[in-house]
Amino acid sequence: MSDSSSGIPRDPRRRKALQDMTRFGGGAAVAATMLTAFGVSSRARPAQTLRPPGALPEKDFLAACVRCGLCVRDCPYDTLRLADWADGPAVGTPFYVARNVPCEMCDTIPCVKACPTGALEHALTDIAKAKMGVAVITSRETCLNLQGLRCDVCYRVCPAIDKAITLEVSHNARTTKHAIFEPVVHAEYCTGCGKCEKSCVLTDSAIKVLPIEVAALKQDEHYKRGWEEKTKAGGALVDAPLKLPVRRPEGGTP
Amino acid sequence: MTANVRPYVEARAQKGLWAASRFLVLRRASQLFFLALFLSGPLLGVWIAKGTLASSMTLGTLPLTDPFVFLQSLAARHWPEGLSAIGAAIVLAAYLLFGGRTYCSWVCPINPATDLAAWLRRRLGITFTAKIRTDLRLYFVGAVLAASVLSGSIAWELINPVTALHRALVFGLWFGAGGTAAIFVFDLLVAKHGWCGHLCPVGAFYGQIGKVALLRVTADNRAACNDCMDCFAVCPEPHVISPALRGERSGATPVITAGDCTVCGACIDVCSKQVFHLGLRGRNAARPDPSMTAPSPAARVVSSQPAVLERDLP
Repeated sequence: MSDSSSGIPRDPRRRKALQDMTRFGGGAAVAATMLTAFGVSSRARPAQTLRPPGALPEKDFLAACVRCGLCVRDCPYDTLRLADWADGPAVGTPFYVARNVPCEMCDTIPCVKACPTGALEHALTDIAKAKMGVAVITSRETCLNLQGLRCDVCYRVCPAIDKAITLEVSHNARTTKHAIFEPVVHAEYCTGCGKCEKSCVLTDSAIKVLPIEVAALKQDEHYKRGWEEKTKAGGALVDAPLKLPVRRPEGGTP
Repeated sequence: MTANVRPYVEARAQKGLWAASRFLVLRRASQLFFLALFLSGPLLGVWIAKGTLASSMTLGTLPLTDPFVFLQSLAARHWPEGLSAIGAAIVLAAYLLFGGRTYCSWVCPINPATDLAAWLRRRLGITFTAKIRTDLRLYFVGAVLAASVLSGSIAWELINPVTALHRALVFGLWFGAGGTAAIFVFDLLVAKHGWCGHLCPVGAFYGQIGKVALLRVTADNRAACNDCMDCFAVCPEPHVISPALRGERSGATPVITAGDCTVCGACIDVCSKQVFHLGLRGRNAARPDPSMTAPSPAARVVSSQPAVLERDLP
């Protein structure tokens, strides 16, 4: 292809400009791709790092949190910290580690009030409805209560005692004559404050607060609980089972 | 053009130490002032500004939010709830008045590090510089906004060394200062004014505001220019000077209109002929040739300084 093929003389400046646009545009595209990948991968945070009360789901949180630290400043118990590069969550975002300092669940929720963007939802006004995570007995093999002892510490320190954590009594099959008082977490009431995890007497806590999306999933819509639907509808939703005649071999008797 | 290794010598001799370093001192004071607003709380328990440069609350009443962070948040499809929208509007309005990239030279915590790198470059005679086009940073602004849309996150804040340094200073997150160390080495050894002048998307964003901002530097006394090139040697964005300083023949305005200008005032300090002053966009009148009435250098220091302050400072 030569310049003589067209009648219009080529402007070398135009070629330079196009070259620059392609080079810089390409560089910018590479930068955008890397930054996008980093942005998406930042949604994965260590399970032991929890977001403040009212935090949006992680994906939306990273779109909303401007890393100002106002929630951290207004946290009266120094529970919240801003993430440094080595901490795990996206750098500059607020988090806490329940085993270090759990959330004290202030009635006034100052951290949420301080948030200028709604990354912490201002609709949260009752701290008992917060969902910072959910406690799970992650180590049944080491939990003292599950070995048949009466530790009960996680149950005793729970701010929603007898609602978020209950002790379920069962027979101790090993000794055959004692009971096991199993701490059971009820996700509906658990705020994920982490008092239980903080207080576990073991070197490594047997109960841990995990992110909602890991440990407290929503039931699929298409699985209906018959007993709940029945109460809602005020009666059985399906016909009673058919009474089929019992057919026996000729002349047989039961 | 050969950059003068010690550009301030002549200005100090002609105008005196204060007049030749006024803007440098004021800028350092301003940078310390903005840092002190945030540090008085954690250090002394007197809370003035809470938060960081990304978003803050001053005295419990004044919300301020970085409009570039706010824009990325919108691009990531978060509709703000709370004070961040008002805060971003206030900051935007302030920089529309006070010069756009004044953020870079008067507030940004990284500026002392890049200034130090530029000063060391002059002193050590490091002339090597990688050739990077100054508009590369505009492509980065596009890349950051695209990444915000695609990843649904405030993309630049994932790595932004500017706010990382501020958090390091204000919240004690010291890993965040690593980016500044890297920028210092890059500016010193790889590219002259490499970070602020070519790469930083935050500065590029404020540069867009600077294109229409009111407060500007003006070469209104350009008739007195003796082509010593000292202003080019100290200016972090030397390409912005020529159109205003050399625009006499073409009738171009003496006001430095380019958004890239950080209004740092280094040219005002360094000029022994008092060519540059602070001024306002739209005030296009140049001063008449002063050579006819030029007083002795010593007298000019005394007489010109109050005149500059009264007329040009907003």
